[in-house]
Amino acid sequence: MSEMTSSSVDRRTLLRRAAAVGLVAAPGVSFLSACAGSDDSGDTKQATGTKSADNPLGIDTKAGVEIVIFDGGLGTKYATDVDTPLFNKKWPDAKITYSATQQVSTTIKPRLNAGSPPDMINNSGSDIMDFGAIVKAGQAADLSDLFAAPSLDITGKTVAETLVPGAVQQGTYDGKPYAVNYSFTVFGLWYNKKLFDKNKWTIPTTWADFTALLDKIKAAGITPFGYAGANASYYMVRAIMTSAAKIGTEQVLKDIDNLKPGAWTNDAVMQAAKAWGEIGNKYIDKSFLGLKHTEVQLQQDQDKVAFYPCGSWLENEQAASTPASFEYAMMAFPSVTTADKLPATAINAAAGEIYFAAAKGKNPQGGKEYLRTMLSKEAALEFTKLTKSLTVVAGAADGVVISPGLTSANDALSKAGQDVFMGYLFDTWYKKLDDASREAANQLMFKGGDAKKFCDTMEAVSQAVAKDSSITKFTRS
Amino acid sequence: MRHGKYPFIIGFLVVPLALYLVFVVGAYLQMFQLSFTDWSGFGGYHYIGFDNFGKLWDDPVFWIALRHNVYILIAMPIVTIAIALFFAFLLNVGGKSKGGVTQGVWGSKVYRIIFFFPQLLALAIVAVIFGRVFGSDRSGMLNGLFPDSWSPWLFLADERWALVCIAVVLIWQQIGFYVVLFSAGMGSISQDIYEAAALDGATKVTLFFRITLPLLWDTLQVAWVYLGIAAFDLFALVNIMSVNKGGPNNATQVLSYQIYLNAFQNSQAGYASAIGVVLFFLTLTFAALTLRVTRRDAVA
Repeated sequence: MSEMTSSSVDRRTLLRRAAAVGLVAAPGVSFLSACAGSDDSGDTKQATGTKSADNPLGIDTKAGVEIVIFDGGLGTKYATDVDTPLFNKKWPDAKITYSATQQVSTTIKPRLNAGSPPDMINNSGSDIMDFGAIVKAGQAADLSDLFAAPSLDITGKTVAETLVPGAVQQGTYDGKPYAVNYSFTVFGLWYNKKLFDKNKWTIPTTWADFTALLDKIKAAGITPFGYAGANASYYMVRAIMTSAAKIGTEQVLKDIDNLKPGAWTNDAVMQAAKAWGEIGNKYIDKSFLGLKHTEVQLQQDQDKVAFYPCGSWLENEQAASTPASFEYAMMAFPSVTTADKLPATAINAAAGEIYFAAAKGKNPQGGKEYLRTMLSKEAALEFTKLTKSLTVVAGAADGVVISPGLTSANDALSKAGQDVFMGYLFDTWYKKLDDASREAANQLMFKGGDAKKFCDTMEAVSQAVAKDSSITKFTRS
Repeated sequence: MRHGKYPFIIGFLVVPLALYLVFVVGAYLQMFQLSFTDWSGFGGYHYIGFDNFGKLWDDPVFWIALRHNVYILIAMPIVTIAIALFFAFLLNVGGKSKGGVTQGVWGSKVYRIIFFFPQLLALAIVAVIFGRVFGSDRSGMLNGLFPDSWSPWLFLADERWALVCIAVVLIWQQIGFYVVLFSAGMGSISQDIYEAAALDGATKVTLFFRITLPLLWDTLQVAWVYLGIAAFDLFALVNIMSVNKGGPNNATQVLSYQIYLNAFQNSQAGYASAIGVVLFFLTLTFAALTLRVTRRDAVA
């Protein structure tokens, strides 16, 4: 062994050589190609069966279905305890292979690229996959036959006819539906009803009343308004966009989604940004820029923050930290001007939470049949009971008292009547625009409330996206 | 034994080498290939020549990220090495000499272990902990220490200081390793030399600059390259600590995070690969330059 030890590699040389090797393991680069290697092996044999009235999607009744559920705010119980048993009640020979993940992209993307994806995928969470890109790559199955199929338990109607308006449209890319957006989220300003009752604060419908109330709240030593700048500034983007739509109708948002020149410098957007910028200047706690959503939401539960812009998942998300003295309630965003084209009761409610069948899986029809099961009235009601979220199945949870926050959101919905609008899609279509809007909202709310800067920045990014040929474009009407 | 040497060495190397070829070299080759494509990250792709690099040139965020990497590249190694050298010197030569033998300050054996602690924590955990230390409201550790009459410091939410906060964390985490590295280097410097110098009346400062530093040069060089590579990374810290994805207002944007955002969020894996290629050449150039510029005649 003496030859070994006398070898010319001493400690320093070794370290230096190790450094040279380290070069080639330069930072953060090699992980990129870890998921490349896209062999489009289209020769996977897909299971099919014969179509019949009882089996409208023509599934192979003996073929297994693999599903992946995102394990997040909604939990997974609705899949394991409701949907799967319901599916197996009808199709006892089709074995459901279930798994849950919090890292959707990390787990699913390599399988999509390898040509062996699960049949039904719940694309959600912070590790969400860019669904537009999935559609573009032909990885999502066309759901036209699912939506045209009869509903599982609402007789005489197709699946599409049982859903709330806009639900199918929201998962439609270039004319074809590719996703079921299952949960139905109502957006508004959330507050503690008990705190407001105690202080005899009434719910404002005009901007003047709104700011007057914010002044009162401030005088009471409570931060009147807040959102988390560190990771949840898109809640604020939603607030600004909703106000813009109320001023100038949903067309304002459609133009924005369609990347129409001048869509962001539109008067309605400018007025909305100006109004919110003033709220930022006067009523927000500047340190919220550095906080995460859970931190600000906790402060609200402690009655340190009065109003918080959010969707109807909030109550369920905060269930563990909500004290008995706190009762969630939601109000529509107040009218910004007296000339707003939509009434004060108008509300933004949108389908969300993507579920899709993989086009290149072993059993895409089975995946669709699973979706049809989820869209049955029975499954939808159980989902709402378990998760305290409404679903896109219209009226599935009517008359069922679930929680005060959800009841309040449901009330706001019925007050809005016809004035419920879907909102915008640019945040899922164009991630760059989404990122820019988050930053612009933070700048507006925490750094001086410059509405013109907000509009100009967004207009510039929007036009840059429009000109970038490498970004797949979508349109809506 | 002599002619059995190579099979013996190869026997040890074959597995790591195979892993290295597949997961590092292979991945790099693929990255170079992808940088010339419009691959979104899903499905197929087309070759588009140098388009990605042209786009990179016009992308203001890329330049911001690059600038931040350069700032860190300049500041972080200097500060880390200076502090680590200082501590290593105190631990090894800084104390009173006893019986003619120089030694570290009192308790140096304990300090040596404590200094190494940060190195034991996963970077992700360090980032989460310091996220709380730098919390921007009263619940943040530093803000909690300040008197109530002060309005809270924003730290990571302040464009001017966000990058500094992240650099501080990186330096804090790295120092321990370099203290140990330099200590080992100093340990191998012969006591006779210190003794002789001390007899000639050299002060601690003279000892440091005339004896320790020159004899430690090779180790320093290695440290510089290591730290430089770390300065090009920063992904974990930025991903976990930064406000609003490398913000506020791109104040903490770095190249590695741009790769991540473009590849996995914006579905522009081809473009992200192009940034990867740039980062690869930057790292290579930096290391080659460092090794060349700092080259000296071997002392040992």
